[in-house]
Amino acid sequence: MGESLLKAVNIYKSFVGVEALKNVTFEIKPGEIHCLAGENGSGKSTLIKIISGVYTPDAGYMEFEGKRFSKITPIDAIKNGIQVIYQDFSIFPNLTVMENLAFNSELADRRKLVNHKRMRQIAEEAIAKIDFKVDLDAIVGNLSVAEKQMIAISRALIFNTKLIIMDEPTTALTRREVSNLFKIILRLKEMGIAILFVSHKLNEVFEISENFTILRSGERVASGSTSDLDAKKFTYYMTGREFQVHRFEYEKVKEEPIFSVDKIGIEGSFSNISFDVHSGEIVGITGLLDSGRTELGLALFGIKPIEEGEIKMRGKRIKLTNPRRAIHNKIGYLPEDRLSEGLFLSQSIGDNIVISEIDNLSKAFGILDRKQRRDEIKQWVKNLAIATPNPANACQTLSGGNQQRVVLAKWLACDLDLLILNGPTVGVDIGSKHDIHSILQDLAKRGMGLIIISDDLPEVLENCSRILVLKNGQVVGDMLASESDEKKILSYMM
Amino acid sequence: MKNRLKKLTSRNEPYIFLVLLAVCILIEIRSGQFFSPNNLVDIASAMIVPGLMAIGAFMVIVSGGIDVSFPALASLSFYATTKLLLDHNYQGGVVLPFLIAIGFGALLGAFNGLFISYFKLPTLIVTLGSSSVFKGLMQGALNSRQLAVIPTGMREWGKKALFVAKNPVSGLTSRMPVAFLVFLFALVFAFFLLRFTMFGRGIYAIGGSEVSAERAGFRVVLTKFLLYIMVGMIASVAGLIRVCMMQQAHPTNMLGMEMNIIAGVVLGGTAITGGRGTLLGCMLGTLLIVIVENSLILIGIPTSWKSVFTGALIIIGTGVSAYQVMHQGKTRSSKGKKQEVAQ
Repeated sequence: MGESLLKAVNIYKSFVGVEALKNVTFEIKPGEIHCLAGENGSGKSTLIKIISGVYTPDAGYMEFEGKRFSKITPIDAIKNGIQVIYQDFSIFPNLTVMENLAFNSELADRRKLVNHKRMRQIAEEAIAKIDFKVDLDAIVGNLSVAEKQMIAISRALIFNTKLIIMDEPTTALTRREVSNLFKIILRLKEMGIAILFVSHKLNEVFEISENFTILRSGERVASGSTSDLDAKKFTYYMTGREFQVHRFEYEKVKEEPIFSVDKIGIEGSFSNISFDVHSGEIVGITGLLDSGRTELGLALFGIKPIEEGEIKMRGKRIKLTNPRRAIHNKIGYLPEDRLSEGLFLSQSIGDNIVISEIDNLSKAFGILDRKQRRDEIKQWVKNLAIATPNPANACQTLSGGNQQRVVLAKWLACDLDLLILNGPTVGVDIGSKHDIHSILQDLAKRGMGLIIISDDLPEVLENCSRILVLKNGQVVGDMLASESDEKKILSYMM
Repeated sequence: MKNRLKKLTSRNEPYIFLVLLAVCILIEIRSGQFFSPNNLVDIASAMIVPGLMAIGAFMVIVSGGIDVSFPALASLSFYATTKLLLDHNYQGGVVLPFLIAIGFGALLGAFNGLFISYFKLPTLIVTLGSSSVFKGLMQGALNSRQLAVIPTGMREWGKKALFVAKNPVSGLTSRMPVAFLVFLFALVFAFFLLRFTMFGRGIYAIGGSEVSAERAGFRVVLTKFLLYIMVGMIASVAGLIRVCMMQQAHPTNMLGMEMNIIAGVVLGGTAITGGRGTLLGCMLGTLLIVIVENSLILIGIPTSWKSVFTGALIIIGTGVSAYQVMHQGKTRSSKGKKQEVAQ
């Protein structure tokens, strides 16, 4: 065993009585790719903040290359070669690439005046380290997420960096961008830089990391070499529960579909798409980020009305020109970005649940029936096991998985015939993901038709009966889930 | 070359410049008086006070805030300065009045800055409140009323001209006040500050993302605090110049001008959300408002209709730039799609 780069020993931290970390020990060696996993609220973020000096631990100590610190400041952490790349990348979208790259070191040198020549030089050196090609005068806000991430990585390398902590770096990336990122990470490893990779995505943990540490409720539940880990153990460590994978089975009850689309299209997004959804069926739609899958979802809910083709509900032709029409026809849509599109975060959980059926809850003159409202809320919080002490709390107090349940509850309250879900478990931890899947399968068994739009292939395979693969706005593959696997789907997608 | 052209058309300044030109030509055609020497000098002279105010408002908006208190702040500080000097029967030059006004401005700016930077309160709320406080102090504590006589030094300076322009046809003359130099100096100073100092880049950085600025090592609290002090100083200078030029101190004369100033800044392409905008655009936008306010009379539109025109200009101007942003977003996403297909 070699010398460790960073050691955090028996770290304890509590916030106003809530224990965030209970005597956690963590170790990383130079050039090691280490994955830190855990569900939301497991203490991952707290641990990162302690390592980077943002929080001071209540007990325990840290060692950088053998030097012992009982507490450190963010400046100490940077001086010792620790850099954190946050999920938002800490960039300035309004400024140029050059300024984004050079500001940190200019400020660290306590410069008062701007020297464009020197800043350009710093920026050029920074991007050269990872062979990143970009126009230094471009405005960062106009770049893609992956490019922004590369800027954050290049910027971290300007300093004498020994450890880069990446907080869920793959969340907003496409498959291709993720594999590029992994190449860069391997390159950094060759440069002797250790990477602490925070993620709760199973496949990524296996693909990139050598060692892992898993936290649950503020405790270290497991750590070791990734090669000793398998999917089942990983899930168990993360959640403390064991899950049986239920593959969805569909039996056709009625020949007539409840929902069917015929040769629909929107100029520039997708064209000539036809499929049926039967009662009790779950249809999966998958494809790359720009395959038109999101636009299709929006079209089926009337947000982006179709320009050609027709949509039928129980054999009757309907026109979906806006979401109100779709809701009226008993179609619900769970958006990709639940935070900005699906929820009123600052409003109460209860209000979020009843918002879609608000018309049904009103008595004469549009006055709300308060008792009925209360009963509805109570019922859904219970049915979907939303973890909250009080439905009157604001929605933003919930974790990702629970927020997703609220969005679900909101639609279920409407008594739908068809529910369209776009990325139903993006950013949701494993336990909640599993719960959401069983809720969806349960809904189908009770006769609802579902469409799941997702690029999470295991999710699609596990929960859908039929899978459509989109590419460049066309259906390129149409198969039964029972007769396909990830490889087959991927070959259509790419 | 094509690239440079694209860069130019994606910016706001060329459009606002074209609009400005169109307005000028329109007025010239209707009246034949716009490009006369005395009218141009009149416009330059009318630009001094709004121009200075706009510099301050611009910096605040770039930092992601919005300040509505600067006219009240300027009024309180010029009124207090003038009254103080009158009470002491001051007979000297104009330097001391400016120093006192700047001192008051810094103090009142610090009052805003304290709440905005240290207590992290929203700028609009703080400045709405402080605007009221400043007005109240002026009316209550200083018992404000119109001061028809101002100290000799200020009066003399206000009358001093750099040069006098004469209209060859009508024979009317206009003086270019010395104060124009102060405006130019402030403009150059702000340009240098925003472009070549880390403090100035920090203002842009904070406007882009305050969290990122903090993490990058900018001293966010201090930067904002100093910014509001500076804005207070600039506004007070503008206020005192107004007093000198008008030859009297009218305590409520400036109140209410904040909306037109902010409109000018936004018209010039400054993002109301912070982080984006240029001093050039800000000046063009302000100039457009000043011209419309001053020259409508030349094309026979009565002054009582002035606010309708300024209002329409603001809606159209900001509408165009909002449309542009929307359009840019669209072309970007279709470009991204092409790239994905190419891969």
